[in-house]
Amino acid sequence: MRFEEAVLPHLDAAFNLARWLVRDSADAQDIVQEAYLRAWKGFAGFHGGDGRPWILAIVRNTCYTWLRKHSRRDLTVEFDEAAHTHETSTPNPERLLVEKTNRDVLQHALEELPAEFRESIVLRELEGLSYKEISEIAGVPVGTVMSRLARARARLRDCIAAADKGGPTCGAQKLKL
Amino acid sequence: MRCTEAQTLIESYVDGELDLVRNLDMEQHLGDCSACSSMRQQALELRSRIRQEAPYFRASADLKEKVRAVARAERTESRRSWVPMWTWSGAVAAVLLLAVITFGVVRRAAESSRHQIITQEIVADHIRSLMANHLTDVTSTDQHTVKPWFHGKLDFAPPVDDFAAEGFPLIGGRLDYVDGRSVAALVYQRRQHPINLFVWTADGKYAEKLNRQARQGYNILSWSRDGMTYCAISDLAADEMQSFVDLLQK
Repeated sequence: MRFEEAVLPHLDAAFNLARWLVRDSADAQDIVQEAYLRAWKGFAGFHGGDGRPWILAIVRNTCYTWLRKHSRRDLTVEFDEAAHTHETSTPNPERLLVEKTNRDVLQHALEELPAEFRESIVLRELEGLSYKEISEIAGVPVGTVMSRLARARARLRDCIAAADKGGPTCGAQKLKL
Repeated sequence: MRCTEAQTLIESYVDGELDLVRNLDMEQHLGDCSACSSMRQQALELRSRIRQEAPYFRASADLKEKVRAVARAERTESRRSWVPMWTWSGAVAAVLLLAVITFGVVRRAAESSRHQIITQEIVADHIRSLMANHLTDVTSTDQHTVKPWFHGKLDFAPPVDDFAAEGFPLIGGRLDYVDGRSVAALVYQRRQHPINLFVWTADGKYAEKLNRQARQGYNILSWSRDGMTYCAISDLAADEMQSFVDLLQK
Protein backbone atom coordinates (compact mmCIF):
# COMPACT_ATOMS: atom_id res chain seq x y z
CA MET A 1 0.00 0.00 0.00
CA ARG A 2 1.19 3.45 -0.79
CA PHE A 3 1.74 6.18 1.75
CA GLU A 4 -1.00 8.28 0.21
CA GLU A 5 -3.61 5.57 0.37
CA ALA A 6 -2.61 4.48 3.84
CA VAL A 7 -2.72 7.79 5.68
CA LEU A 8 -4.13 10.65 3.61
CA PRO A 9 -7.76 9.57 4.11
CA HIS A 10 -7.24 9.91 7.88
CA LEU A 11 -6.20 13.54 7.84
CA ASP A 12 -9.42 14.77 9.46
CA ALA A 13 -9.07 12.20 12.23
CA ALA A 14 -5.44 13.22 12.69
CA PHE A 15 -6.29 16.90 12.93
CA ASN A 16 -9.25 16.31 15.22
CA LEU A 17 -7.09 14.34 17.66
CA ALA A 18 -4.29 16.90 17.58
CA ARG A 19 -6.71 19.81 18.00
CA TRP A 20 -8.33 18.18 21.04
CA LEU A 21 -4.96 17.31 22.56
CA VAL A 22 -3.23 20.66 22.18
CA ARG A 23 -6.42 22.76 22.14
CA ASP A 24 -5.15 25.19 19.58
CA SER A 25 -5.86 25.13 15.90
CA ALA A 26 -2.59 26.60 14.64
CA ASP A 27 -0.47 24.36 16.85
CA ALA A 28 -2.51 21.35 15.78
CA GLN A 29 -1.82 22.19 12.12
CA ASP A 30 1.93 22.27 12.71
CA ILE A 31 1.79 19.06 14.69
CA VAL A 32 -0.17 17.19 12.03
CA GLN A 33 2.31 18.28 9.38
CA GLU A 34 5.18 17.18 11.55
CA ALA A 35 3.44 13.87 12.23
CA TYR A 36 2.89 13.25 8.53
CA LEU A 37 6.56 13.90 7.91
CA ARG A 38 7.48 11.43 10.61
CA ALA A 39 5.00 8.97 9.15
CA TRP A 40 6.54 9.47 5.75
CA LYS A 41 10.01 8.78 7.05
CA GLY A 42 8.88 5.75 9.01
CA PHE A 43 6.59 4.36 6.35
CA ALA A 44 8.82 1.31 5.89
CA GLY A 45 7.71 0.29 9.37
CA PHE A 46 4.06 0.21 8.37
CA HIS A 47 3.04 -3.35 7.57
CA GLY A 48 -0.28 -2.81 5.87
CA GLY A 49 -3.66 -3.07 7.50
CA ASP A 50 -5.62 -0.10 8.75
CA GLY A 51 -3.61 3.11 8.44
CA ARG A 52 -5.79 5.02 10.89
CA PRO A 53 -4.48 3.67 14.22
CA TRP A 54 -0.98 3.82 12.81
CA ILE A 55 -1.09 7.49 11.85
CA LEU A 56 -3.07 8.42 14.97
CA ALA A 57 -0.38 6.85 17.16
CA ILE A 58 2.21 9.04 15.43
CA VAL A 59 0.01 12.13 15.78
CA ARG A 60 -0.51 11.35 19.44
CA ASN A 61 3.20 10.96 20.11
CA THR A 62 3.94 14.17 18.26
CA CYS A 63 1.31 15.95 20.38
CA TYR A 64 2.79 14.67 23.64
CA THR A 65 6.26 15.69 22.58
CA TRP A 66 4.87 19.13 21.85
CA LEU A 67 2.96 19.27 25.15
CA ARG A 68 6.08 18.29 27.07
CA LYS A 69 8.16 20.84 25.24
CA HIS A 70 5.65 23.55 26.00
CA SER A 71 5.40 22.16 29.53
CA ARG A 72 1.65 21.94 29.49
CA ARG A 73 0.84 20.84 32.95
CA ASP A 74 -2.19 18.78 32.05
CA LEU A 75 0.03 15.89 31.12
CA THR A 76 -0.31 12.81 33.33
CA VAL A 77 -2.27 14.81 35.84
CA GLU A 78 -4.07 12.55 38.22
CA PHE A 79 -7.61 13.36 39.07
CA ASP A 80 -8.23 14.48 42.56
CA GLU A 81 -11.89 13.65 42.96
CA ALA A 82 -12.25 15.74 46.10
CA ALA A 83 -10.88 18.80 44.36
CA HIS A 84 -13.54 18.57 41.70
CA THR A 85 -16.55 18.24 43.92
CA HIS A 86 -15.99 21.48 45.82
CA GLU A 87 -15.95 24.61 43.82
CA THR A 88 -14.86 27.57 45.87
CA SER A 89 -14.36 30.40 43.44
CA THR A 90 -17.37 32.37 42.32
CA PRO A 91 -17.58 32.28 38.56
CA ASN A 92 -18.03 35.43 36.59
CA PRO A 93 -21.79 35.56 35.80
CA GLU A 94 -21.27 36.82 32.30
CA ARG A 95 -18.94 34.03 31.44
CA LEU A 96 -21.29 31.62 33.11
CA LEU A 97 -24.08 32.75 30.84
CA VAL A 98 -22.00 32.21 27.75
CA GLU A 99 -20.94 28.79 28.90
CA LYS A 100 -24.44 27.77 29.70
CA THR A 101 -25.23 26.63 26.22
CA ASN A 102 -25.04 22.88 26.05
CA ARG A 103 -22.31 22.74 23.51
CA ASP A 104 -20.01 24.93 25.51
CA VAL A 105 -20.58 23.03 28.72
CA LEU A 106 -19.59 19.79 27.12
CA GLN A 107 -16.72 21.12 25.05
CA HIS A 108 -15.30 22.90 28.06
CA ALA A 109 -15.63 19.89 30.30
CA LEU A 110 -13.88 17.76 27.71
CA GLU A 111 -11.11 20.29 27.20
CA GLU A 112 -10.46 20.42 30.92
CA LEU A 113 -9.91 16.69 31.20
CA PRO A 114 -6.29 15.55 31.51
CA ALA A 115 -4.91 14.71 28.08
CA GLU A 116 -4.95 10.92 28.49
CA PHE A 117 -8.62 10.98 29.47
CA ARG A 118 -9.50 13.46 26.76
CA GLU A 119 -7.89 11.40 24.03
CA SER A 120 -9.71 8.26 25.18
CA ILE A 121 -13.08 10.01 24.80
CA VAL A 122 -12.17 11.58 21.47
CA LEU A 123 -10.94 8.29 20.02
CA ARG A 124 -13.86 6.30 21.38
CA GLU A 125 -16.79 8.66 20.83
CA LEU A 126 -15.72 10.87 17.95
CA GLU A 127 -13.68 8.32 16.02
CA GLY A 128 -15.61 5.25 17.09
CA LEU A 129 -12.44 3.23 17.69
CA SER A 130 -12.43 0.00 19.67
CA TYR A 131 -10.73 -0.41 23.05
CA LYS A 132 -8.04 -2.45 21.36
CA GLU A 133 -7.32 0.21 18.76
CA ILE A 134 -7.20 2.91 21.43
CA SER A 135 -4.84 0.79 23.51
CA GLU A 136 -2.53 0.46 20.52
CA ILE A 137 -2.58 4.16 19.82
CA ALA A 138 -2.02 5.18 23.43
CA GLY A 139 0.43 2.34 24.09
CA VAL A 140 -1.37 1.15 27.24
CA PRO A 141 -3.24 -2.05 28.10
CA VAL A 142 -6.94 -2.34 27.28
CA GLY A 143 -7.74 -2.30 31.01
CA THR A 144 -6.16 1.14 31.29
CA VAL A 145 -8.23 2.38 28.36
CA MET A 146 -11.37 1.12 30.10
CA SER A 147 -10.56 2.80 33.38
CA ARG A 148 -9.62 6.07 31.67
CA LEU A 149 -12.89 6.05 29.76
CA ALA A 150 -14.87 5.29 32.90
CA ARG A 151 -13.26 8.11 34.86
CA ALA A 152 -13.54 10.56 32.01
CA ARG A 153 -17.22 9.78 31.56
CA ALA A 154 -17.93 10.08 35.26
CA ARG A 155 -16.26 13.47 35.21
CA LEU A 156 -18.23 14.63 32.17
CA ARG A 157 -21.45 13.47 33.77
CA ASP A 158 -20.65 15.47 36.91
CA CYS A 159 -19.98 18.58 34.84
CA ILE A 160 -23.22 18.27 32.94
CA ALA A 161 -25.18 17.67 36.12
CA ALA A 162 -23.56 20.70 37.76
CA ALA A 163 -24.36 22.88 34.76
CA ASP A 164 -27.96 21.67 34.65
CA LYS A 165 -28.37 22.70 38.27
CA GLY A 166 -27.02 26.13 37.39
CA GLY A 167 -23.91 25.45 39.38
CA PRO A 168 -20.37 26.42 38.46
CA THR A 169 -19.13 25.14 35.15
CA CYS A 170 -16.34 22.65 35.02
CA GLY A 171 -14.32 24.85 32.72
CA ALA A 172 -13.92 27.34 35.52
CA GLN A 173 -12.40 24.78 37.83
CA LYS A 174 -8.72 24.15 37.92
CA LEU A 175 -7.33 20.72 38.17
CA LYS A 176 -5.35 20.13 41.29
CA LEU A 177 -1.79 19.31 40.39
CA MET B 1 -25.75 -11.68 36.37
CA ARG B 2 -25.70 -9.62 39.54
CA CYS B 3 -25.98 -5.85 39.72
CA THR B 4 -22.40 -5.41 40.93
CA GLU B 5 -21.05 -7.25 37.93
CA ALA B 6 -23.49 -5.58 35.55
CA GLN B 7 -22.49 -2.12 36.75
CA THR B 8 -18.81 -2.68 36.10
CA LEU B 9 -19.62 -3.97 32.63
CA ILE B 10 -22.27 -1.50 31.61
CA GLU B 11 -19.96 0.84 29.72
CA SER B 12 -18.29 -2.00 27.87
CA TYR B 13 -21.75 -3.21 26.99
CA VAL B 14 -22.78 0.18 25.61
CA ASP B 15 -19.46 0.36 23.75
CA GLY B 16 -20.19 -3.01 22.16
CA GLU B 17 -17.07 -4.54 23.68
CA LEU B 18 -18.58 -7.49 25.58
CA ASP B 19 -18.20 -11.03 24.32
CA LEU B 20 -21.30 -12.78 23.08
CA VAL B 21 -22.03 -14.74 26.24
CA ARG B 22 -21.74 -11.80 28.59
CA ASN B 23 -23.64 -9.65 26.17
CA LEU B 24 -26.61 -12.02 26.39
CA ASP B 25 -26.33 -12.19 30.18
CA MET B 26 -26.30 -8.43 30.29
CA GLU B 27 -29.36 -8.07 28.11
CA GLN B 28 -31.24 -10.48 30.26
CA HIS B 29 -30.22 -8.67 33.41
CA LEU B 30 -31.17 -5.29 31.99
CA GLY B 31 -34.62 -6.62 31.21
CA ASP B 32 -35.07 -7.55 34.88
CA CYS B 33 -33.30 -4.71 36.67
CA SER B 34 -34.53 -1.14 36.45
CA ALA B 35 -31.53 0.31 38.36
CA CYS B 36 -29.02 -1.10 35.88
CA SER B 37 -31.30 -0.28 33.02
CA SER B 38 -31.28 3.37 33.99
CA MET B 39 -27.49 3.29 34.15
CA ARG B 40 -27.46 2.07 30.61
CA GLN B 41 -29.79 4.90 29.70
CA GLN B 42 -27.39 7.42 31.28
CA ALA B 43 -24.47 5.96 29.38
CA LEU B 44 -26.37 6.19 26.11
CA GLU B 45 -27.40 9.77 26.82
CA LEU B 46 -23.86 10.84 27.57
CA ARG B 47 -22.62 9.21 24.42
CA SER B 48 -25.20 10.93 22.23
CA ARG B 49 -24.48 14.28 23.88
CA ILE B 50 -20.77 13.91 23.25
CA ARG B 51 -21.35 12.91 19.65
CA GLN B 52 -23.75 15.75 19.01
CA GLU B 53 -22.15 18.52 21.01
CA ALA B 54 -18.41 17.96 21.00
CA PRO B 55 -17.10 19.55 17.81
CA TYR B 56 -15.26 17.41 15.30
CA PHE B 57 -12.39 19.53 14.02
CA ARG B 58 -11.71 18.93 10.36
CA ALA B 59 -8.43 19.62 8.60
CA SER B 60 -8.41 22.89 6.67
CA ALA B 61 -7.93 22.99 2.92
CA ASP B 62 -4.55 24.56 3.54
CA LEU B 63 -3.40 21.70 5.76
CA LYS B 64 -4.72 19.16 3.26
CA GLU B 65 -2.69 20.76 0.53
CA LYS B 66 0.49 20.78 2.64
CA VAL B 67 0.13 17.16 3.62
CA ARG B 68 -0.61 16.18 0.03
CA ALA B 69 2.64 17.84 -0.95
CA VAL B 70 4.48 15.47 1.40
CA ALA B 71 2.80 12.55 -0.34
CA ARG B 72 3.56 13.99 -3.76
CA ALA B 73 7.24 14.19 -2.91
CA GLU B 74 7.00 10.51 -2.00
CA ARG B 75 5.30 9.63 -5.25
CA THR B 76 8.00 11.18 -7.41
CA GLU B 77 10.59 9.31 -5.43
CA SER B 78 8.92 5.94 -5.67
CA ARG B 79 8.25 6.42 -9.37
CA ARG B 80 11.90 6.98 -9.98
CA SER B 81 12.94 4.04 -7.87
CA TRP B 82 14.15 0.91 -9.65
CA VAL B 83 12.72 -1.24 -6.93
CA PRO B 84 9.14 -0.06 -6.69
CA MET B 85 6.50 -1.67 -4.52
CA TRP B 86 4.66 -4.68 -5.83
CA THR B 87 2.13 -2.94 -7.94
CA TRP B 88 1.49 -3.48 -11.63
CA SER B 89 3.90 -0.76 -12.48
CA GLY B 90 6.36 -2.53 -10.20
CA ALA B 91 6.00 -5.76 -12.14
CA VAL B 92 6.40 -3.94 -15.45
CA ALA B 93 9.48 -2.14 -14.15
CA ALA B 94 10.92 -5.45 -12.94
CA VAL B 95 10.50 -6.98 -16.40
CA LEU B 96 12.13 -3.95 -17.95
CA LEU B 97 14.98 -4.17 -15.50
CA LEU B 98 15.47 -7.81 -16.46
CA ALA B 99 15.65 -6.84 -20.12
CA VAL B 100 18.23 -4.22 -19.30
CA ILE B 101 20.34 -6.80 -17.50
CA THR B 102 20.17 -9.13 -20.50
CA PHE B 103 21.49 -6.43 -22.74
CA GLY B 104 24.44 -5.91 -20.49
CA VAL B 105 24.20 -2.19 -20.05
CA VAL B 106 23.07 -2.52 -16.50
CA ARG B 107 25.99 -0.91 -14.76
CA ARG B 108 25.79 2.39 -16.41
CA ALA B 109 22.00 2.54 -16.25
CA ALA B 110 22.01 1.65 -12.58
CA GLU B 111 24.63 4.23 -11.80
CA SER B 112 22.82 7.01 -13.58
CA SER B 113 19.44 6.02 -12.13
CA ARG B 114 21.00 5.84 -8.69
CA HIS B 115 22.26 9.33 -9.23
CA GLN B 116 18.79 10.44 -10.32
CA ILE B 117 17.15 8.85 -7.31
CA ILE B 118 19.55 10.52 -4.89
CA THR B 119 19.03 13.88 -6.58
CA GLN B 120 15.27 13.45 -6.39
CA GLU B 121 15.54 12.57 -2.71
CA ILE B 122 17.59 15.67 -2.11
CA VAL B 123 14.98 17.82 -3.84
CA ALA B 124 12.24 16.20 -1.75
CA ASP B 125 14.26 16.64 1.48
CA HIS B 126 14.82 20.27 0.62
CA ILE B 127 11.12 20.92 -0.08
CA ARG B 128 10.05 19.15 3.09
CA SER B 129 12.55 21.03 5.20
CA LEU B 130 10.97 24.31 4.10
CA MET B 131 7.43 23.10 4.36
CA ALA B 132 6.89 22.01 7.92
CA ASN B 133 8.99 24.46 9.91
CA HIS B 134 11.54 21.74 10.10
CA LEU B 135 14.50 23.49 8.63
CA THR B 136 16.76 23.07 11.64
CA ASP B 137 17.04 20.75 14.62
CA VAL B 138 19.82 22.89 16.04
CA THR B 139 19.47 26.57 15.35
CA SER B 140 22.64 28.53 15.74
CA THR B 141 24.83 30.81 13.74
CA ASP B 142 27.81 29.53 15.66
CA GLN B 143 29.72 26.79 13.91
CA HIS B 144 31.07 25.65 17.29
CA THR B 145 27.51 24.93 18.41
CA VAL B 146 26.34 23.31 15.22
CA LYS B 147 29.33 21.01 14.71
CA PRO B 148 29.27 19.32 18.13
CA TRP B 149 25.50 18.86 17.82
CA PHE B 150 26.17 16.15 15.23
CA HIS B 151 28.42 14.18 17.60
CA GLY B 152 26.94 10.79 18.30
CA LYS B 153 24.20 11.33 15.74
CA LEU B 154 26.37 10.48 12.73
CA ASP B 155 29.38 8.24 12.19
CA PHE B 156 31.35 11.10 10.66
CA ALA B 157 32.01 14.73 11.53
CA PRO B 158 30.75 17.10 8.87
CA PRO B 159 32.92 20.19 8.35
CA VAL B 160 30.95 23.23 9.52
CA ASP B 161 31.97 26.74 8.52
CA ASP B 162 30.16 30.02 8.77
CA PHE B 163 30.26 32.40 5.81
CA ALA B 164 28.37 35.32 7.32
CA ALA B 165 31.10 37.70 6.25
CA GLU B 166 30.66 36.58 2.66
CA GLY B 167 26.86 36.92 2.80
CA PHE B 168 26.03 33.27 3.44
CA PRO B 169 25.39 33.04 7.19
CA LEU B 170 25.06 29.62 8.81
CA ILE B 171 21.65 29.31 10.47
CA GLY B 172 21.70 25.78 11.80
CA GLY B 173 21.69 22.09 11.07
CA ARG B 174 19.57 18.99 11.26
CA LEU B 175 19.65 15.30 10.51
CA ASP B 176 18.10 14.14 7.26
CA TYR B 177 17.98 11.02 5.15
CA VAL B 178 19.51 10.44 1.76
CA ASP B 179 19.94 7.10 0.07
CA GLY B 180 18.70 5.21 3.10
CA ARG B 181 21.03 6.66 5.68
CA SER B 182 21.39 9.61 8.00
CA VAL B 183 23.21 12.60 6.60
CA ALA B 184 24.10 16.01 7.95
CA ALA B 185 22.06 18.89 6.58
CA LEU B 186 23.66 22.28 7.20
CA VAL B 187 21.45 25.25 6.62
CA TYR B 188 22.75 28.54 5.26
CA GLN B 189 20.91 31.59 4.17
CA ARG B 190 21.36 34.09 1.38
CA ARG B 191 18.97 36.99 1.91
CA GLN B 192 15.61 35.20 2.22
CA HIS B 193 16.74 32.04 0.44
CA PRO B 194 17.63 29.04 2.58
CA ILE B 195 20.34 26.73 1.29
CA ASN B 196 20.50 23.13 2.38
CA LEU B 197 23.97 21.61 2.28
CA PHE B 198 23.81 17.84 2.61
CA VAL B 199 27.01 16.10 3.69
CA TRP B 200 27.77 12.40 3.89
CA THR B 201 30.77 10.12 3.58
CA ALA B 202 31.72 9.63 -0.05
CA ASP B 203 31.16 6.16 -1.45
CA GLY B 204 31.81 6.87 -5.12
CA LYS B 205 28.13 6.61 -5.93
CA TYR B 206 27.38 10.26 -6.23
CA ALA B 207 29.17 13.27 -7.62
CA GLU B 208 32.86 12.58 -7.84
CA LYS B 209 33.43 15.74 -9.81
CA LEU B 210 31.48 18.98 -9.53
CA ASN B 211 28.07 18.40 -10.99
CA ARG B 212 25.41 21.03 -11.68
CA GLN B 213 21.73 20.26 -12.08
CA ALA B 214 18.44 22.12 -12.07
CA ARG B 215 15.26 20.42 -10.90
CA GLN B 216 11.83 21.83 -10.16
CA GLY B 217 13.21 25.33 -9.94
CA TYR B 218 16.10 24.42 -7.63
CA ASN B 219 19.77 24.55 -8.42
CA ILE B 220 21.71 21.58 -7.16
CA LEU B 221 25.49 21.45 -7.02
CA SER B 222 27.27 18.37 -5.82
CA TRP B 223 30.87 17.32 -5.46
CA SER B 224 33.14 15.14 -3.39
CA ARG B 225 36.20 16.14 -1.51
CA ASP B 226 38.40 14.65 1.21
CA GLY B 227 36.18 11.61 1.54
CA MET B 228 32.94 13.56 1.88
CA THR B 229 30.18 14.07 -0.63
CA TYR B 230 28.49 17.47 -0.59
CA CYS B 231 25.27 18.51 -2.20
CA ALA B 232 24.00 22.10 -2.02
CA ILE B 233 20.46 22.95 -3.05
CA SER B 234 18.53 26.20 -3.11
CA ASP B 235 16.28 28.33 -5.26
CA LEU B 236 19.13 30.83 -5.60
CA ALA B 237 20.38 31.71 -9.06
CA ALA B 238 23.10 29.49 -10.47
CA ASP B 239 25.87 32.11 -10.19
CA GLU B 240 25.16 32.76 -6.50
CA MET B 241 25.12 29.05 -5.84
CA GLN B 242 28.46 28.81 -7.59
CA SER B 243 29.98 31.48 -5.34
CA PHE B 244 28.63 29.62 -2.29
CA VAL B 245 30.25 26.42 -3.52
CA ASP B 246 33.49 28.30 -4.24
CA LEU B 247 33.57 29.35 -0.58
CA LEU B 248 33.12 25.76 0.54
CA GLN B 249 35.82 24.52 -1.78
CA LYS B 250 38.40 27.09 -0.74
